[in-house]
Amino acid sequence: MVGALSGNLAMEATYLKAINQALHEEMARDENVFVMGEDVAELGGAFKVTEGLLTAFGEERVIDTPISESLIVGAGVGAAVLGMRPVVEMQFADFISCGFDQIVNTAATLSYRHGGKASCPMVVRAPSGAGVHGALFHSQNPEAWFTRVPGLKVVAPATAYDAKGLLKSAIRDDNPVIYFEHKRLYRSIKEDLPDGDFTVPLGKAEVRREGRDLSIITYGGTLHQSLDAARIVEKEDGLSVEVLDLRTLLPLDREAILATARRTGKVLVVHEDRLTGGIGGEIAAIVADEAFDYLDGPVRRLAALDTHVPFAPPLEEFVLPNTNKIVEAIRNLAAY
Amino acid sequence: MALERDKLTAERALLTLGESELLELYRRMNLIRRFEDRTAEMYARGKITGFCHLYAGEEAVAVGAIFALYDKDYVVSTYREHGHCLAKGTPPRKVMAELFGKETGISHGRGGSMHLFDPNLRFMGGYAIVGGGLPLAVGLGLSIAYKEEPEVVCCFFGDGALPQGAFHESLNMASLWKLPVIFICENNFYGMGTLVQNAICQQELYRFAEPYKMPGVRVDGMDVLAVYQATMEATARAREGEGPSLIEAVTYRYRGHSMSDPAEYRSKREERIWQERDPIKTLRRRLVGERRVPESRLEAIEREVNAIIDDAVRYADESPEPALSDLMKNVYVENGGPQS
Ligand SMILES: Cc1ncc(C[n+]2csc(CCOP(=O)(O)OP(=O)(O)O)c2C)c(N)n1
Ligand SMILES: [Mg+2]
Repeated sequence: MVGALSGNLAMEATYLKAINQALHEEMARDENVFVMGEDVAELGGAFKVTEGLLTAFGEERVIDTPISESLIVGAGVGAAVLGMRPVVEMQFADFISCGFDQIVNTAATLSYRHGGKASCPMVVRAPSGAGVHGALFHSQNPEAWFTRVPGLKVVAPATAYDAKGLLKSAIRDDNPVIYFEHKRLYRSIKEDLPDGDFTVPLGKAEVRREGRDLSIITYGGTLHQSLDAARIVEKEDGLSVEVLDLRTLLPLDREAILATARRTGKVLVVHEDRLTGGIGGEIAAIVADEAFDYLDGPVRRLAALDTHVPFAPPLEEFVLPNTNKIVEAIRNLAAY
Repeated sequence: MALERDKLTAERALLTLGESELLELYRRMNLIRRFEDRTAEMYARGKITGFCHLYAGEEAVAVGAIFALYDKDYVVSTYREHGHCLAKGTPPRKVMAELFGKETGISHGRGGSMHLFDPNLRFMGGYAIVGGGLPLAVGLGLSIAYKEEPEVVCCFFGDGALPQGAFHESLNMASLWKLPVIFICENNFYGMGTLVQNAICQQELYRFAEPYKMPGVRVDGMDVLAVYQATMEATARAREGEGPSLIEAVTYRYRGHSMSDPAEYRSKREERIWQERDPIKTLRRRLVGERRVPESRLEAIEREVNAIIDDAVRYADESPEPALSDLMKNVYVENGGPQS
């Protein structure tokens, strides 16, 4: 699997396990870190991401809450203001809308509103993404609701290594961080993780595959489809495709975005979030604005269609980006 | 849990309802049970996918309450709503096809198990956001009051919805504006794996009616007649313009929270205790013992129900998938208004 490898003792971990490890290690490192959410303690979370934490750290630091998203986020803010480092869980990213006000109005503005006299070192974990037949309210990718809110940071890891390293950085960061974990990746990817402490810096993208002809800029669930597509067009068309994994969506790594655009002269942005208002538009604008002279074609976007994620499996499949669609988009752009 | 009051109300209902009505209650509960059992089977076989929450064990609540309504009254429910939708009269074929994600489903396969909707029968939807249905029920009540119509709204939700702000906001407004809404809390003791006592400071949930100045009662949700009688009283009040009520129906879901939950957080013994109080068996005993209904009558109903559900499964299985060309349809309202 993709992801840097360092250190000697390597242990294989799934994406889900990597998140779990980060929580374990950060809670052991800093007693101000605690976990709070619906069924996170006794049950270990709806997806078992928080499994084992209750046994390891006790019910004072691994807290089951009622179904009260607004309260979960808001109480997290309150605790964070007094120096705690809450990691709160939205059981599905779709329910983050029930805590929206506390995130965008309370958490995001806190430092600014108080002239820098207070901070909100809180992480909101939110399992996002479609492809599990969850229909309209268990499939969403709501990152773009947050990527335009100053004061927030937004991350979306695509590998087990990043899942662990980014969560650690998010927990140690003094700002509110929304951490989108793609639930389709939980058990479908794994890689060897180095033993011991490591972090992945917020705000830094990573080139996952180098190429000359065209750049794909992506993150989260569509990274793997993009890499598959890049391999296919290399074999079948002799195309050399670079793949940039954004990893952090706010703040964006503009340097990395511009560097890849300048290198290949053609950019295809891919994300599972919807097209309209998705982060792809922002990236296209950055590239058009600052790398225009290097471009050999239009900046293209491939994203979910502008509809809701329907239940019927064939429809769901059709709404979402997939490897075949990316291959086709690469070929079209390459031929431009 | 069978309260003295429930025994009395159930007895009263047994006296007031005629034999054909009692048999209809029996039929509806069996219909839902059979539907849910077959749904579980189809899920195991991969015919149904996604998140699917079954109502087995709780049939008396939906059936008893909805039987107390007129056809024109409205029902709002949760993601565990197959039972409410069927009790309101939606053909099982249409519901099963929706669970299969087929074009012939009640929402053309777009919503699936958690978002059933049948406005013609005034089943105003299942809501997958916990607490999401309550404000909407208040809005239905507002519209009814505004138009001075005689209908009422019956809004079902789980114990898990009480800690949501939406619950408190809804009860407050419904009471302040004296809206014809009957709030029915299905207290099955768990919200996923969380026990009520670990989520709510007041475990006698019906007492949440007090601060909102409406009547609140707790009924035995395993007794269809008790639920029926309590709902009758609440609807009478609502129709008189006296405002909302809160009914706490104490019940139990036989299966895990969803098809992927093995329910390891509760004991087999606990499950057995509740299954001994099975709502269908209880009514059956009453019908045979107290109303002298011949067993053969009841067996005929069971056979009839099984055939209906088997037909629904066949229908769903043979129905076509939705066409990809229709994918963007209905994101916005088309042809000048909703199509029935
Ligand atoms: C706003 C929101 N938060 C969390 C969830 C996830 N979730 C779905 S059902 C459920 C438990 C609900 O329990 P309860 O209301 O008691 O209903 P029951 O399942 O027992 O019928 C939870 C936490 C959700 N669907 N919506
Ligand atoms: Mg419950």
